[in-house]
Formats: sequence, C-alpha cells, structure tokens
Amino acid sequence: MSDLVTLTIDGTELSVPKGTRVADAAKSVGIDIPVFCHHPKLEPVGACRMCLVEIGMPMRDRATGEPMLNEDGSPKINFGRGLQTSCTAVVGEGMVVHTDTEAVTDVRGTLLEFQLVNHPLDCPICDKGGECPLQNLVMDHGKMESRVYFEDKRRSDKHVSLGDLIFLDRERCIQCARCIRFQDEVADDRVLQFHNRGVNLEIVTMSDPGFDSYWSGNTTDICPVGALTTADFRFGARPWEMTPSASICSQCAVGCNMTVNTRREARSGGKPVIKRILPRQNEAVNELWLCDKGRFTHDYVASPERLTSPMMRKDGELVAVSWDEALNAAAEGLQAASSVAGLAGQRLSNEDYFMLQKLFRKGLKSGNLDVNNRQIGGGDVVAQVGIAAGSDLQQLGKGDAILVVASDLHEEAPLWWLRVKQAADRGAALVVINGRSTRLSSHATHNLQADSGDIVATVRQLVSMAKVETDGTGALDAAAETLITANNLVAFYGYEGLSYEETESLAKALANLLLIQMDGEPHVGRMNNGLIPVWPYANTQGAWDMGIHPALLPSYKAAKMTGMDAVAMFAGAADGSLDALYVVGADPIGDGWMADRGKLGLLIVQELFMTKTAVTADIIFPAQSWAERDGTFTNGERRVQRYYPAIRPAGDSRPDWQILSQLGERVGAGKAETVTSLVFRSLTKAARQYKGMDYRSLGQVEAQWPVVGGDDRYYGGNAFANTAGLGKQWAAVAESKAVKQFEMDDAVSSREDGLLLINAASLYTAGTLIDKSAVLAPRMAKITLTINPVDATAYEDGDTLMVRTDRVTVQATAVVSDDVMVGTAVLRGVKAMNGTAVARLSKIKE
Amino acid sequence: MGHILLRHRDEGLENLHQLDVYRANGGYDALKKVLDEYSKDEVITIIRDSNLRGRGGAGFPAGLKWGFIPKVDGDKYVVINTDESETGTFKDRELVERNPHQVIEGALIAAYAIGAKQIYNYFRGEFMSAAFNFEEALQECYAAGLIGENIMGSDFSCDFSCHYGAGAYICGEETALLNSLQGDLGQPWSKPPFPAVEGLYSKPTVVNNTETLANVPPIIMNGADWYKSMGTERSAGIKIVCLSGHINKPGNYEVEMGTSYRDILFDEKYGGGIPNGKKFKALLPSGGSGPVIVDDALDAPMTYEGLTEHGSVMGSASLIVMDETVDMVWAAMKMIHFFRHESCGKCTPCREGVFWMKIVIDRIYNGIGTEKDIKTLESVANQIQGNTLCALGEFAINPALATIRHFPEEYRAKIK
Ligand SMILES: Cc1cc2nc3c(=O)[nH]c(=O)nc-3n(C[C@H](O)[C@H](O)[C@H](O)COP(=O)(O)O)c2cc1C
Ligand code: SF4
Ligand code: SF4
Ligand code: SF4
Ligand code: FES
Repeated sequence: MSDLVTLTIDGTELSVPKGTRVADAAKSVGIDIPVFCHHPKLEPVGACRMCLVEIGMPMRDRATGEPMLNEDGSPKINFGRGLQTSCTAVVGEGMVVHTDTEAVTDVRGTLLEFQLVNHPLDCPICDKGGECPLQNLVMDHGKMESRVYFEDKRRSDKHVSLGDLIFLDRERCIQCARCIRFQDEVADDRVLQFHNRGVNLEIVTMSDPGFDSYWSGNTTDICPVGALTTADFRFGARPWEMTPSASICSQCAVGCNMTVNTRREARSGGKPVIKRILPRQNEAVNELWLCDKGRFTHDYVASPERLTSPMMRKDGELVAVSWDEALNAAAEGLQAASSVAGLAGQRLSNEDYFMLQKLFRKGLKSGNLDVNNRQIGGGDVVAQVGIAAGSDLQQLGKGDAILVVASDLHEEAPLWWLRVKQAADRGAALVVINGRSTRLSSHATHNLQADSGDIVATVRQLVSMAKVETDGTGALDAAAETLITANNLVAFYGYEGLSYEETESLAKALANLLLIQMDGEPHVGRMNNGLIPVWPYANTQGAWDMGIHPALLPSYKAAKMTGMDAVAMFAGAADGSLDALYVVGADPIGDGWMADRGKLGLLIVQELFMTKTAVTADIIFPAQSWAERDGTFTNGERRVQRYYPAIRPAGDSRPDWQILSQLGERVGAGKAETVTSLVFRSLTKAARQYKGMDYRSLGQVEAQWPVVGGDDRYYGGNAFANTAGLGKQWAAVAESKAVKQFEMDDAVSSREDGLLLINAASLYTAGTLIDKSAVLAPRMAKITLTINPVDATAYEDGDTLMVRTDRVTVQATAVVSDDVMVGTAVLRGVKAMNGTAVARLSKIKE
Repeated sequence: MGHILLRHRDEGLENLHQLDVYRANGGYDALKKVLDEYSKDEVITIIRDSNLRGRGGAGFPAGLKWGFIPKVDGDKYVVINTDESETGTFKDRELVERNPHQVIEGALIAAYAIGAKQIYNYFRGEFMSAAFNFEEALQECYAAGLIGENIMGSDFSCDFSCHYGAGAYICGEETALLNSLQGDLGQPWSKPPFPAVEGLYSKPTVVNNTETLANVPPIIMNGADWYKSMGTERSAGIKIVCLSGHINKPGNYEVEMGTSYRDILFDEKYGGGIPNGKKFKALLPSGGSGPVIVDDALDAPMTYEGLTEHGSVMGSASLIVMDETVDMVWAAMKMIHFFRHESCGKCTPCREGVFWMKIVIDRIYNGIGTEKDIKTLESVANQIQGNTLCALGEFAINPALATIRHFPEEYRAKIK
C-alpha cells in the first residue's frame, strides 16, 4: 500500500499523504475552506467550527466487507449525521467531501453570525481591517443585518498590555487559541493561557515580565482578527496604504526572509517610512516566523542621528563636505599613506565586501583586510563540508541527528533554535555539548556538559569514539554511536567559552566526524548533512566568501602574502606601524578593541552613525542602511539571498559598495560600478562558488506549503507569500568530490586556574542598532552573572557583584544556579566574547 | 430483596463504608474471584455479556469500552467520573460517601481488565467531605493490601488517587475531565482521538461513571445472566434515580430499568406523588440537559430508548418534577443561565449562541421581548444544534426548544 490516499473534494479527485487533514488537502488543490482556529503549522483543535463541511465515506457491507454500490455502479457514500470539521478530519480512501452545498453555505453564515454576536465591529479603527479573514468571510457569507441588540453585547477591555511588545483587544478576540497554541507548540514559551470560561474566556499572560518570549510578534501575524497588535505598529497605518518590499533580516546568521511595509508620511517629507516588518515565507529558512529582534530592530534606520553627509576634519572639526571632496581626499590620503589596512563589520552585503577587497587588493595593492571581531574560525572548513545545498532543517526528524557545540542558539540564532528544537520534537537525536545548560538542553537526547577548556577535547574524543565500534556504554560513547549511525547529521558550532583558535580546531574535529564513512559513505555531500557555523553576524559568511581575510582571496584561494589581521591593525595603530586605517561598518573604539585612534595618520570611517570611532576620524562617509538599498547576504547555511530597497536613503548617504567602488576608481581599481546587480555579476566571477547565480535566479520562487499571504479564506496569517526569491545555497566542495580528513593540531586547552568567566550571548544585548529600538528598550538583557552554588558561598541570588577580568569590569546581578558547572561563571547581557578569563568577584554593599 | 448499589441502606449495613463491614458482607470477593479465576479478557467478556451500559448519561456499553483499550504493554489508566454536576443529580455522591468500597472494587476490576496500574477518581470540587470519606476508604485498602503492590498476593499492582475539580460542569465531559486532571485547562477536545486510544497523558484510558463501576462487583459475583435478567433487553439491570423538585419523597432510588416514569413519580415505593395536592405539570427526566416532558410521556419505560419518541432521553436519570405552579419560561431561563455560566467557551456556537439565548430569554421573561425574540430564541437554538464540539452545546438548547414546543402559550403571554 502506498502512503497516498485518494479522495474527491467537490468533484476533484486528488491524492494526498496519509494523515493529511481534509482542510489542508482541499487547499492543496485550490479549494479554500474557511478557517479561524486551524493553522497549518499548529495541531488542529476543531474549536471555531468555521470549517464544517460534508464528509462521506464509502459504505461497506457489514457481512462481506465488500463496497456497496448504487444502481449506476458508483460507490454508496455515507455522509453520517451532520457536518464535520475539516481541520480535524483526516483523509480516508474513497472519501467524498462537499464544501459547496447549501448545508455548508448555511452553516458558514450561521457561524459568522455567532462570531459577530460579541464582536465590536470596529473595523474602521482596527489594524487588521483590510487583511482580516473575519471581515472577508462576513463579506462572503455573512448576514448583513444583525439580530443582536447592540446594548446586549458584552463589553470588554480594549487596550490590554500583554507585555511591552504586544497589546490585546479583548472585544475583538474570537478565542481561537492560535496565539496560545503558537506559544506552546512552536515557540515552547508557554506564557499565554485562557482565563475564565464561556464568553468570558480571555487571553492572559502568565509570565513576568508579560509575554516573555522572543517570538511574540508572530502571534499578531497569525491572529485571525485585530485582537493582537504590536507596540510599534498599532494604529500606525491601514494595510492597503502600505507598500511591501522584500528583505532579509540583518540581525543574525539565519537570514530570515521578511517584508518591510512602508508608507509615505508627512513627518518624513512625504517619503516612505517603515511601518512594520512581517515574515516572508521561506520554508527552508524561517518558514512563517521572525524573532522579535528581527521584527523590531528597525527604528535605527529612521533615527535622526543618522549620518547624512560626507564629513572631513578641518581645523580639528568635522564639517560636512561634498562627496567629491571627501572621495578625492580619501584617495589621496590612502595612496600617500605608508601603509593601509581595511577593517569591516560583519553585516555588510556581499557586494560591499567584494568592492572593499577590490579597493584594497587591486587599487591599494594591500592584503591588510579583516573583519572587526573574528569570533569563529573554520570558514575554509565550512567551504569543504558545510551543510549541502538544498537542505532544509524542517526535513530532519526520526532517525536523524543534530549536534550543537558551544552555542546558545536561542540567544544567537533564534530561528535555528526553533527549527532544531522542532526536529528534536519530531524525533531527531539532539546532542548538545556546552559548558552550561541552555534553552536547547531540555530538548536534547544527549546533554554533555563539558568544562569550557575541555570542549574541543571532548568533541575530539567523541569523534575518535565514532570511528571505532565501542560498547556504547558511556554517555560520550552513546552520543557518538547515535551521531554516526544517524541517517542525516547536521553539526552546529559556535564560540561560547572558546578562543578563536579553539573554534578552528572545533570546526575541523566536527568536519572529521561528518567525514567518517559508514557503509562506505560519509555524511557530508548529501542533502540535510553538514556543518553550520553559528556566525555572530548576518553576513560573516559573505565576508569569508569575498576574501575579507588577511590570508584568503575570494573563493578561499590562499593569498600570496598574508596581510595584517585585525589584531595586528589595532597594535599597528597604537604603535604607529600602521599609517592609514579604513573602517567600514565597524566601531573598534566603541567595542574596546582600540583605546583611541593611536598614532594613525589617517582614519576613514564609513558608517550609519557617529560612532566612537567615527568621532575621531579624518574622513567620514555616510552609508545607506540595508533598508535603503539592495544587495545580498549569505547565511550560515550558505544561502545567498537578495534584499530590496524599501525606503529612500537618509540624506546624501550612498550604498557601501558604491562608495568603495567610487574610491576604487580614484586609486586605479577599475571603473566605478553603477548597479548592484552588476557588482554581483562581477563578484560571481571572482568567487567561483557563486558561479551561475545572478539577481534573476536569486529572485526565483517555487510553490511552497502551506500556502499563505493571499486574502484567501484559509488563513495562514499575515506572513507574506514569497514572490521575490528563495535564494540559492552554494555547494560545498564535498558535494562534488571527496574530502579528506582534516589534520588536527595538538590540542590546546585554554583552561586557567581560578573562577573562569564565560562571556555568553543574549539576544537583546546593547549595540549601535538595537539601542535605537524604542519597542525593545524595556526588554534589553540585564547584566547577570550565573554562578554554581558551590562557587557562590559568599553570594546569594540577587546580589550585586562587581566582576573584573583582564578584559571587562562590570556590575552584574548574581544568579546562583547549577545550570553552570563548578568553576565557571557565565556573564550575560554584555557583548559576548571569545574564550574564558579568570574572574575576580566582589559584592557591592547596598 | 436488598439493594444492589445502595446496599448501605439495607438493615445492618449502615457502616458499609468501613472496610471490615464491607468485607464481612462479601466485599472484595469479586476482586478476589477475578484475580484467582479470570483472565483479563474473561472479565471484559462478562461485563460485555451483562449489557451494563454507562450510567454517566450516554449509555455506552461498558464492556465494549474496556475492549477498545489496546492490548499492548504500557501506561493505561482508569478514571472514575465523580464530577456529578448535572442539575438534579446526586447519586454518585451517595455512593462514594456511603458505599465507597463497591466503587473502589469495581474500579480495581476495571483496572485489572485493561491492564492499568493507576486509577484516579475525579471529584467535583464541592464534594470535599464525600471525597475525604472516600480517601479514608482508600487508606484502609492500602493498609489491607487491596490497593498497591501485589494486590491480594497476586501479581496485579495498582495505585489509586483522588483529584478535586474546581467547580466546572464541563469537567464532567470525559475529555475536559482528562485535561483538567492532567493540569490543563478544563476544555474538551475534539474526538477522535477517543480516550480509549489517547486519553490521560495521551495514554489509553477508560473513563467510567461512578455508578457504572459500582455495578461491576455484583455482576462478577452473580454473573452476566443475573444482571440481564433485570431491566429490558437493551437496557439491562438497575439504575439509581435521583428524584427532586415537587415530589413528596425526594431522594435516590434504586429502580429496575423499564419501570415507567409514572410509577417512579407516583408509586409509594418511590416518589409518592406531588405534594399539596398540586397537579403535575412537567418533568425534566435528565436534569437541565434533557428536554422536558409532559404527562403524555409518563407511561414510557425508563430505559435508554424509552423517551425517544417523546423527544427526550433518560440521561443520568435525574428527575426534576415541576407542578402546575411553575412558570416554564422562568424554568427555561434558569436552565439557560446555568448553561451560559457553564459553557467552556472553546467552540463558537456554544460560547456565543448560549450567551445570545440568555440575553434573548431575559428580554422575554422581563416582559420586553417580542414575537420576533421568540423566533430568534428558537432559531439560535437550532443554529447551535449539530455544530458544537461537545454535547454541552446540544444540552444547552433543550430548555428553550422543549419549553417552546410544549408551552408556547406561556411564552406568548410574556411578550409585548
Ligand atoms: C457536559 C457534559 C457533562 C458531563 N458530566 C458528567 C458527569 O458529571 N458525570 C459522568 O459520569 N459523566 C458525565 N458526562 C458524560 C461523560 O462524558 C462520559 O460519557 C461518562 O463519564 C462515561 O462514563 P460511563 O460510560 O460510565 O457513563 C458528561 C458529559 C457532558 C457532555
Ligand atoms: S478584527 Fe476584523 S472584523 Fe474585527 S474589527 Fe477588526 S477588521 Fe473588523
Ligand atoms: S488573541 Fe487572536 S489568536 Fe489569540 S485567541 Fe484571540 S483571536 Fe485567537
Ligand atoms: S459545546 Fe460548549 S462546552 Fe462543549 S466545547 Fe463547545 S463551548 Fe465548550
Ligand atoms: S474548527 Fe476547523 S478551523 Fe476552527
């Protein structure tokens, strides 16, 4: 028997996988059954009854088991008594479904009348008006006259704050429980619940602070009415007034697809401004979701503090100048400098990186190029054994395995956390190796806590165990056995508690695990297998690919001569051995890498804001934000994705690639580029992994399930259908040829004596961009230090501690918990850093 | 003949709730017999052959239900439904208070038959004192080796604990009960999955009414044929009837199935007639949830099917009697208020529809309604029918529809 079931819906015969719900089956052939409570990503509950249809099954003779036939030879169908909810009903062989009979039409009218008994019908002031399935359905099937006496309607609170980000209008709520179920089933933050019963059934938040979840915004997308609204958007615009622009989130390495909604407003002189950001469907990346950081960190774009004009230092003061003057001065200064170096942030586009390296390598003949803060190594290893093209974490489940080492995905790459957790819930084995327990630990099948200094050693031991048959008794043995025998194996690695060098060894060790042959075949090179680096920024991958590296050219070709890395640049600036530094989208002084500009003869900064570095610069170029221009990012799964301009540039700002190429033209790096797509075309020639890609192919889409984004009656939520491109993953080397095991250096342990401090990531950690978000301000991470009870004899939960290491001195609130191991302390809420450092603690007296 | 269920009412058995008294009078012999003599399947067969049907109202055959439990290893549960929240129902309370061991024994036999190692009794929260009695009985059983490890020296082990609801009628519905029991919101779920397949904590679960289980020990002792010899072909055995309202002798009665409603109301053995020489007007045969019947239906036999042609049901046999003084619009309004208060709110037709019925009947009762409102009331009830997630919504329309059908003139007298 096949796993397909054949049924007929409104005369259309179709075959769908066993277990499919009737409403979903109908949607797959374009028949919209209206739903409120059902959402294709949630377990059905059959609550709203909107999806009632006629469902019949072929009759069988009780005695013989033979199908019973009508006189004309067609099978006799038993439609039972009454209608059935198609969201809960599972398809059956020979099933016959009618969605267009009088009984069905009648019941829709009936249910809509019930829905409106207590509904306020304040559509004219409702954020959902215009994209509201209730409104749409009432237009289709509703009775246009109300039989309810207005004064009898139940009144309720209309402005309930469920926390800082989300507001609830209790009158509009139709009790579909989508929000609760999303939080329970998808987000695993069980912070919403129903309170009371009957018509008094109401949504409440159970957490303190209210609605404490990184996922809260998604509930407003899937709420089928205007009951849930986000703090940034509510009452801000009507859906039909806004223009959608496809974009990619620039906040982490997942690369969620999003849609920026803009509207022209008087306050910005008639120019479009960002009103809200919604998810854009990409089932292989973010499905229908965004984390709240991605959704709400856009205020900086419209900040009045944006740089709007080129500036030069004249008589000690920074003054606005023309582009030509600034570009000419920069060109002259760089050419005259005795030595030059380029430092880039990790949120620039591929086009920007490509032009930066061209400016330096071709124009200035310098290989002194690096990113500001190299936290994770192994980009070259990833190029060999990275997760294969065409992979989709959503396909991992029973029989597969995922390994996550030295990363807190919930804080560093929320969507990956979500998808890894869901894979584990579907039955995939999940092995977590870290120095403390994280939000992922509770979903893990194997939790291997290891002292930070021992993480790499632990992984190497695991790999050697995986190479031989062991008795599989120890915890490590068991994990090794699970991983190596899995059908598909994906390994994530990060930098928590690890030095840069350790992350490099880790990447190699994990590569070697993936390269072990089982039945003559390694895991790498196949779809849904391979390595995923949890890069600290949105386009760290692109920086690697484009050769923003002192030793690697685009395509991972070794440079003839190794240039200065960031550490050498900072030292050179301090001691005068570096003459000119060019900084793009980074703030080395603000981040503490440089104390000041030191002895630099020339400092040029290309930026959105007047950062601490920019203040001391000689020349400043105002750059456009990601929302003002187009470009591509490459995510941690090596998916190259296009984003599009949504609003007009701030002032005279220009895209980074353009500034770099106009400067390049002045120093002999070739004619200036004029169009982003052409920059991309030239970069595909240099970065051969990108060969064959162009803006058109990156903009291509395929049909996706579930179908969302229309004003259809089968309501998947506000998430936009993807019409602007699903992106393309570039193929790792292992997909076309065999890769050999990596040579490992002798293990180095960074373990020192004393209480070791790990400086771990928090999603909402202060930074130049997120600091401008009014909505997220109250949610910014508190600075905490988690210590094991054994080490905390002198401290209690809630104490204020002064924490000193050789690199930070901060006040933190003590959290005493055995989530961390004895001998380590975890600092959160300040910018995460590599490695460990010996910490000295003292209690601050009240 | 003595009682079968209300045995504590028999002479000398006033202290039947004490373990020694219960044992001295044949208590736990049925359990012993089952453990010594019967396989699990044999127990299920006996119960199936006895034609014992659910006493919680729906009348589902108990043996059939036990037979649905998958015969595989793993966690399984027996859950006793002592939520007893139906208006006019007070039979389970008497059982757990006065004859708790018979319920315990029945539940243990059920647990043995389906392979459950844990029994829960779910009490309505207001039954605190009855439940404390019951818990004392459990303690006695633990001490006597009748619950716990290796019961009566056999290899059958089973634990037993109690849970108190927080006062919701809907938590008597089996899936809402299970949600409540596992700590979730007390709302029903859409079936399938049925509890026998995925019940408590998603494990196979038998949910039985307290009275249903109390029938089990005597059936084991006396055999299926003995039980079937009472009652009618399709409604075998005996049923506890709760009599209340305008009746001379309110209370619980153990009545053979098939006895006519008229006998139950007027026979001196049972209700003994209407007080103060008043005339009978209407009977709610199944508390507020069953449609009201009038005199022409009283000769019907009390069986699961007996009232079908009169548009009503036996339900849990909680008979609320109303004499000629009762204003039927008032009565309907009271019942609708009850359902408006008890609707869990999960599904739209019941949540909104019952609320709507309530505001409309309030208008009618208060004299500000119109002919149109009577139509609306009727049509809203009809719109709810067949479209709800659980049966509560179906119950909620009966007060309106049945009173409009039998007493239209009383409605018309109230409107403007
Ligand atoms: C709204 C509602 C309330 C119910 N209340 C009770 C109750 O209080 N006690 C009970 O035994 N069954 C009650 N039931 C029936 C149960 O769902 C279930 O059918 C019964 O417990 C099964 O046991 P039985 O087969 O032994 O009767 C109720 C059903 C509904 C729909
Ligand atoms: S939720 Fe929909 S129907 Fe309700 S007021 Fe808003 S737009 Fe109107
Ligand atoms: S707030 Fe919205 S999603 Fe949540 S229950 Fe109400 S209508 Fe449904
Ligand atoms: S019918 Fe009423 S009680 Fe039953 S699920 Fe629906 S709202 Fe809840
Ligand atoms: S009941 Fe099916 S969509 Fe709500």
